[in-house]
Amino acid sequence: MKLDSLHALNVERAARRAAMLVTDLDDGTQRVVREAEIPADPLADILARRLASGKSGLVEAEGRQFFLTVQVPAVRLVLIGAVHISQALCPMAAAVDLSVSVIDPRTAFATPERFPEVPLVPLWPDEALAGPVPPLDRYCAVAALTHDPKIDDPALIAALKAECFYVGALGSRKTHAARVERLSQAGLLPEQIARIEAPIGLDIGAVSPAEIAVSILAQIVSALRGGGPRAVKGGGPA
Amino acid sequence: MLSTETDILNAAEAWRRSERGVALATVVETWGSAPRPVGSHLVVDEGGNFLGSVSGGCVEGAVITEALDAIADGRPRVIEFGVADETAWRVGLSCGGRIRVFVERID
Repeated sequence: MKLDSLHALNVERAARRAAMLVTDLDDGTQRVVREAEIPADPLADILARRLASGKSGLVEAEGRQFFLTVQVPAVRLVLIGAVHISQALCPMAAAVDLSVSVIDPRTAFATPERFPEVPLVPLWPDEALAGPVPPLDRYCAVAALTHDPKIDDPALIAALKAECFYVGALGSRKTHAARVERLSQAGLLPEQIARIEAPIGLDIGAVSPAEIAVSILAQIVSALRGGGPRAVKGGGPA
Repeated sequence: MLSTETDILNAAEAWRRSERGVALATVVETWGSAPRPVGSHLVVDEGGNFLGSVSGGCVEGAVITEALDAIADGRPRVIEFGVADETAWRVGLSCGGRIRVFVERID
């Protein structure tokens, strides 16, 4: 591998951007394809599918065998609200390899006793995202679960501006209609606001906090793996 | 310290920038029970120092030897390890799996 290629991969990874290394195993020639460059690549369809799967592997194309080293940033889940649903959701999210953090300025909710072994940030979302929690990006899912516009709205605005692959908000249709109104007044575009999953979660008739957590997590996985219309990475699982 | 793929690729770059000969080994295919997934890396320098793994330690020695050859001749190569009878206890995988490893010099 050329040192330039290795350097490019390391730069992309440090910047939390997806990239792939395409190696022709017959002659050893290689190229680095950054996420933004995939559509123009001769193997565009294959690369897009592989990127969605997040897994490295061999592919046959043009009568040759290529190895694709897939480099995808670790997917993060940021929960707004140290609430009952979040308590159920944290261990479930960890089980599917999401790196979770919980933000809630209400210190009665945000206690280590309620959230053992979870990064817990007892600050307002804007403060939390300006320091203790790394900035949001496309490889983040954000679920706003406090029911309190003072806490949820700034996080939703930050998530939509950062183009997080999943943005969900707890609340009834009526609550959401009021939220849409507020976010419009805050200057967000209708197409941005339309990306919010609300009422949050897949409709599986969930009742208990743990069941609601399942419905939220399933919706996040669907968005991540390309099952939903709003999938960020294109294509379905390989 | 447990090294992640990030550490390994950063080490590969840092080692090469310090003018050492460096080779990178990557698991490109596995069959059956294999200890490390496809895409796992092992980086080796000309002195035989290494970071990462391509198996549970079963074939690292042989991969390092190939890596040193690749550093010397610059030729990328694909090597396969399995449980062929006579090699099962030398450079085979006692777990019963087979793996294919791509070894290349960093130029």
